Amino acid sequence: MTTTDVAPGRSKLTRGRLPGFAPWVSLAVALVLGAAAVAVPGFTPFGWGIASAIIFAIVYVAWSRAVEGGRKAADKLATCLVVGAFLVALLPLVSVIWTVLVAGIPGLLTPGFFTTSMNGVTGVFDNRAVEEGGPVIGGIYHALLGTLMITLLATLISVPVGLLTSIYLVEYGQDKPLARAITFFVDVMTGIPSIVAGLFAAAFFFLVVGPGTKTGFVAAVALSVLMIPVVVRSSEEMLKIVPNELREASYALGVRKWRTILKVVIPTAISGIASGVTLAIARVIGETAPILVTAGFATTINNSPFAGWMASLPTFIYTQILNPTSPSNPAPSDQRAWGAALVLIILVMLLNLVARIVAKAFAPKTGR
Amino acid sequence: MTTAPPRQAERAGVPAAIAAQDSPRGDKVFSTLALTAGCLILAVLFGVAVFLVVQAIPAFTADPADIQGGKGFLAYIAPIVIGTVIAAAIALVIATPISIGVALFITHFAPRRIASALGYVIDLLAAIPSVIYGAWGASFLAREISPAYVWLAENAGWIPIFSGPASATGKTILTAGIVLSVMVLPIITSLSREIFLQTPKLHEEAALALGATRWEMIKMAVFPFARPGVVSAIMLGLGRALGETMAVALVLSSGALTVSLVQSGNQTIAAEIALNFPEASGLKVATLIAAGLVLFVITLAVNMVARWIISRHKEFSGAN
Repeated sequence: MTTTDVAPGRSKLTRGRLPGFAPWVSLAVALVLGAAAVAVPGFTPFGWGIASAIIFAIVYVAWSRAVEGGRKAADKLATCLVVGAFLVALLPLVSVIWTVLVAGIPGLLTPGFFTTSMNGVTGVFDNRAVEEGGPVIGGIYHALLGTLMITLLATLISVPVGLLTSIYLVEYGQDKPLARAITFFVDVMTGIPSIVAGLFAAAFFFLVVGPGTKTGFVAAVALSVLMIPVVVRSSEEMLKIVPNELREASYALGVRKWRTILKVVIPTAISGIASGVTLAIARVIGETAPILVTAGFATTINNSPFAGWMASLPTFIYTQILNPTSPSNPAPSDQRAWGAALVLIILVMLLNLVARIVAKAFAPKTGR
Repeated sequence: MTTAPPRQAERAGVPAAIAAQDSPRGDKVFSTLALTAGCLILAVLFGVAVFLVVQAIPAFTADPADIQGGKGFLAYIAPIVIGTVIAAAIALVIATPISIGVALFITHFAPRRIASALGYVIDLLAAIPSVIYGAWGASFLAREISPAYVWLAENAGWIPIFSGPASATGKTILTAGIVLSVMVLPIITSLSREIFLQTPKLHEEAALALGATRWEMIKMAVFPFARPGVVSAIMLGLGRALGETMAVALVLSSGALTVSLVQSGNQTIAAEIALNFPEASGLKVATLIAAGLVLFVITLAVNMVARWIISRHKEFSGAN
C-alpha cells in the first residue's frame, strides 16, 4: 500500500498517480471555496466544516479520476466516505458532552446542590430566583441517595445470580440442552427493552404485594433483570479463558470441583469479572424508564428502599425537564436537571474508567 | 473442564478435619446452586411474559368503550405500534450506513496504533445514559434542526413525509429518530467491527496481491464474509431502537398518527408507557401493561431472529 521511491523525482513507476501534496492542495481549495459558499447564507464554523468536507471530497476524487482513472477514484471516494462517517459519528458525542458541561456546571456549583433535596421547593422560590435574581435552591441529595441505593441493591441481586449462572454454563453445562437454552435466552434478555423490565417488576409486585406497590426495591428488581444478562455474558467469557491446565492441576492434587472453582478458577478470572460487573453497573445506573414505572419520583429524602416512592438521578432529570417546578419559569429546573445530568455522566464515565483500570491492574500475570 | 473430580475411595487417610471441610456434599451444594441460578434466569424471562399477560388481561376483556380512545385496545395500540416502527426505521436508515462506515474506518482505514483508542471513543456513545440523550435532543438538537424542517416543508412539501406546516419547536418524530440513531450507532458499530476483524487475513491479502484497491478488497473479501453478521447487528440495533423510551418521551411532542415527519405528532409504545404509567390506575394500568406486552413480543421476535442468524454462523459468537 505504501509507495516505494525508486528514484528521486517523477519516475516511471509513480507516473499516473496523484502527487503526495494532492490531499493538502484539495483541502486548501475546499476550505476557501467552503468559506465562500457558506458566506452567502451566513457564516458559521459548523456550516463551513460541512461545506469544506463535501467540496474536498469532490475536488480530490475528481482530480484522482482525471489522473489515476476510475478504480483509484472509487477507492478515494470510499476513503472519504468512511472517514466522513467517523467524523459524523463524533459530532453527537462532542455535542452531548459539550451541552452537558456548559449547561451543567452552573447547577453543579450552586451552593447546597449536593446537600439538599427538593423537599418544600415550590414554583414560588423558582419564580423569585428568576425575577429577583436570587439563588436557585433545591438539590439532588435525595436523587443521588436513591440512585446509589437502588443500584447497590440491584448489584447485590445480580452479581450472585449472574456469576453462579456463568459458572454453571462454563463448569457444569458442557453443551447440555439446558445450558444452550440459558445461553440463548440470556442473549435474548440483553435485548429486552428497559421499560418492559420495569413493567415486569411492577406487575410482579402488584400481584404479590398489592396494586400500586412502588418502592426502591421494586426498581432494584427491574434493574436486575437488565443487569443479570450483562453479568452472565462477561463472566462467562472470563471463565472460559481460564486455562484448563489450572483446573487439572487442582484436580490432580485431590481438590474437589467446587473448591477448585472457588479457589483457582474465580481468583484467576476475578479482574475480568470485576470489570464486567462495573460495566454492568455503569449500564444500569443511567436507566430511567424502569425506575419511573417502579419507584415513581419523590421530592423528599427516602432512606428506606422498601417503603414509599424513591427519587433517582435519571428520573430527577426527566421530571425536572418535563414538569418544571415552576411552569412559568423553567430555567431553574433546567439548571438543576443539567447539573444532575453532569453528575450522572461523571458517575458513568468514572465507572467505565474504573472497569478499564481494574481489568488492566488485576489481570493475571501471563509472562514467565 | 471435563476432568472428573477424585473418587472417594482414593481419599482414605485424609485427616478428618480436612475431609469434613472438603466433603462431597460441598460439590453437591455448589452445583445445585449454580444450576438454580441458571434456571432462575429462565424463570425470570418466563415470568416476564406470564406477569405481563396476567396484568394485561383486563385490557383485552374490558368493554371497548372503557379503553382510552373508546374504540377498544386494537384501535388504541395500532397507531403507537406504527409510530414505534416509523421512529425505529428512521433511526436505522440513518445509523446503518454511518455505523458500517465507522466500523470499516476503525478496522481497515485508521492507523493500527490508534484504532483501538478510536473504538473506545465510539463506545463512549453507548455509555451516555438515554435520559441525557433525550435532554440533549429536546433542548439542543430540536432547536438547531427546526429551520431545516421549515425549509423542507417549503421546498419538499409535495412529498407526503415532509408536508407542512413544520413544527416550530422541532420536536418531531424525525428528531426523535435522529436521536435514536445516535443511540443505536455504537451497537451496530461494535458488532460490525468484531465481524470485520474476523475476515480471514489471507482473503484480504490475496485480493490486494491481485491488484485490488483497498475499497475493492473490502467489497470482494470483507463484505461477503461479514454480511450475515452485519445483518444481525442491524437487527440488534433495531431491537434497541424499538424499545428505547426516554429519548422519545423527552424529544417528541406526541399526538395523533401523521404521515409527515416534520410535524409534531405520532407516539411510540415505550414513550406512551413512560409518560402515562406513573399517574395511571385501574384499567389504564392494564392497558399500558398490555402495550408493554406488545412491545415485548415485537422486540423478542426481532432479537430471536438476530440471535438465530448469529448462532447459525458460530464464528461470530465472539461478536457479542
